[in-house]
Amino acid sequence: MEAIKIEGLTKKYRDVVAVDNLNLIIKEGELFSILGVNGAGKTTTIKMLSCLTAPTEGDAYMLGKSICREPSAVKTFIAVSPQETAIAPMLTAKENLELICGVYGFSKDKSEARIKELTSLLGLDDVLGRRAGKLSGGWQRRLSIAMALVSEPKILFLDEPTLGLDVIARSELWDIIRALRGSVTVILTTHYMEEAEALSDRIAIMKDGRLLVCDTADEIKRAAETDSFEEAFIRTVKGVSK
Amino acid sequence: MRMLTFAKRNTKEMLRDPLTVAFGLGFPLVLILLLSAIQANIPVPLFEIEQLAPGITVFGLSFMTLFSATVISKDRGSSLLQRLYTTPMTPLDFILGYTLPIIPISVAQSVICYVVAIILGLDATVNILLAIVFILPVSILYVAMGLLFGSILNDKQVGGICGALLTNLSAWLSGVWFDLELVGGAFKKISYALPFVHAVEMERAVLSGNFGEIFPHLWWVLGYTAVTMILAVLFFLRQMKRQ
Repeated sequence: MEAIKIEGLTKKYRDVVAVDNLNLIIKEGELFSILGVNGAGKTTTIKMLSCLTAPTEGDAYMLGKSICREPSAVKTFIAVSPQETAIAPMLTAKENLELICGVYGFSKDKSEARIKELTSLLGLDDVLGRRAGKLSGGWQRRLSIAMALVSEPKILFLDEPTLGLDVIARSELWDIIRALRGSVTVILTTHYMEEAEALSDRIAIMKDGRLLVCDTADEIKRAAETDSFEEAFIRTVKGVSK
Repeated sequence: MRMLTFAKRNTKEMLRDPLTVAFGLGFPLVLILLLSAIQANIPVPLFEIEQLAPGITVFGLSFMTLFSATVISKDRGSSLLQRLYTTPMTPLDFILGYTLPIIPISVAQSVICYVVAIILGLDATVNILLAIVFILPVSILYVAMGLLFGSILNDKQVGGICGALLTNLSAWLSGVWFDLELVGGAFKKISYALPFVHAVEMERAVLSGNFGEIFPHLWWVLGYTAVTMILAVLFFLRQMKRQ
């Protein structure tokens, strides 16, 4: 079943076309990555799909609900973990999770149960009572993802979730993201080729707001006639600019 | 529920910042004690506790603008607001969630100022309770300024504009530190065109029991509060749309 259906999605800022006539279908439970160099339109696409920015043209349907006409309904089953760590620094990790539980109107019992569940899933036990602003970058990212998962979203947007993390922290986050496959539709944007290749069911490559290719990592490599995904990405992106 | 959860978070965020407690509660108290000590040695009518306490109480509220603007601008900078904009929270939840926590903090600050003033010799009358009631529209004015500045400035700019400029304007143009009649001219006209001196004179009138003198100062305060709150809401909604 389709989780997301994007039809002619376009975003213009005065003379700049940030996203140009994007058409895509993403299946339920899929782990889908959007790759591109800076200014490719990845973050703008996520902002439109998560109802943060209105499209200039086109529409997208999230589990059948229009982002233009039914944003309130869409917001009940999506969640976003933004590129910058979006946490309340003076609250403890647990209080951050409680904040999101309250925002979604959970009862005290439901909040406690959900926090327990997420603490176990993301291994947050040791940091639950610590101020979020004092945690390391890796722990802040974990907390940020846990906050996004509080509402049990059907569609989860992860914008550059491992940006700036060390190898170990990144590997641990990959395991967490892999664990979500199948139960949640995950849309991931990243600069890291190996991340997209290791995690994704399918990958979309964007450049200058346009979709260049959308396929599995293996198919993208085969089409670019190389065994290296990074090389395939470069060839795909450069090929269009020629 | 959503609004209360968010308001609770904002309260914690502000009260856990040691600078908030130091400046919001400590600084006005230091001023009352210092100026009362000056008054004890060199008597100045302006620094008599009946005049000083309402002035310092109003001046202390300028820090509420700083605190609320800082929280909002930091939230905008850290993407926390972006995250919350993708949840079912409504614009009203955000606006009330940022506004409401400051009001009890403002009242608490005023109560502490008046308690210290009583220790320093202010008569403990029922007028003090009325003065605390009349501080409410003034505190809403300062909170609205916080919402406004937090919506248009980043956290560094908030530090400069609210932390330095607004607190100084609120002090100089309020008639707390010196009699505006002594300066006169354009300075006095500008002061009386702004709400700060009206807030102070309203509080002094209430505290002294001269209720007829509350007007027209109350109208000035209410007018500025309404206009500032409308502007604050419009600018908050604009930045929300831009996110």
